[in-house]
Amino acid sequence: MKNLDSVFAAYIVGWGVFFVFYLTIAKRTSNLRAELDRLKNSLPRAK
Amino acid sequence: MSGRGILTRWICFVGIVGLLGYGLLLALKGSPPDANQGNMIRAFYYHFPNWIGVSVFLPLNLVASIAYLVLRTQNPVAAMKSDALALASAEMGVLYCTLGLVSGSLWGKEAWGIWWTWDARLTSTFVLWLLYVSYLLLRTLIEEPERRALLSALFGIFAFLDVPLVFFSIRWWRTQHPQPVIMGGSGSGLDPTMSKVFFFSVLAMHVLAAFLIVERYVLEKMKSEFDFLAREVEAQ
Repeated sequence: MKNLDSVFAAYIVGWGVFFVFYLTIAKRTSNLRAELDRLKNSLPRAK
Repeated sequence: MSGRGILTRWICFVGIVGLLGYGLLLALKGSPPDANQGNMIRAFYYHFPNWIGVSVFLPLNLVASIAYLVLRTQNPVAAMKSDALALASAEMGVLYCTLGLVSGSLWGKEAWGIWWTWDARLTSTFVLWLLYVSYLLLRTLIEEPERRALLSALFGIFAFLDVPLVFFSIRWWRTQHPQPVIMGGSGSGLDPTMSKVFFFSVLAMHVLAAFLIVERYVLEKMKSEFDFLAREVEAQ
């Protein structure tokens, strides 16, 4: 069917953007969680 | 993160991919081609849900910005949560707006033979995108959390003034962009087969949006906690 490939490609590219956005959030959350744990552990020592 | 948290996140992720996949299948196979546009009408099931997403996230940003201003003296913790929600919703709004503009431009090239035109709808939408990108940039330029939250809330309220203009632009002026398909009065509306595919696509995109905004909000709240603890460590 005419144009069907380009519609399909547009969907996949659009979802790809969401997927990359999610991966970025997940990576930032995981890094921050590690940093936060490190900081929490350092607090009692500082006291 | 606990094992249960990871499992829940994976179940959500797989469920959303399933919903989107089924939505795509419906868009490609379950909807008849349009009499005028042929298969390009299938882009509608992706393009329009993006704008419904924008119409949820930007009002959410407005409500969170107002909540910050109301709460900032009485309840600073709740105020900072509102600020985190304002940021998460603005980011999601910009993401959905970007995809709406890009998909609209691709569709416009097929339907009208041009990528872009400066009509009232497209121009006001581009201004909207610029305003919320500026909102996000503003947040990166201010270091002090309370000052950043206050100025962002004020700017968020100002930026929202463009939203009604975008919504009414195709009702008030003659534009290259088509008149409203949904809620456009007599003569508007979708064929029942198309309605089913359309509402499923909207549902799938919104489940994805809800998942992403929760993840983004959690990240921002964690960042606030980190900043607070870092300041405490520095003070000691």
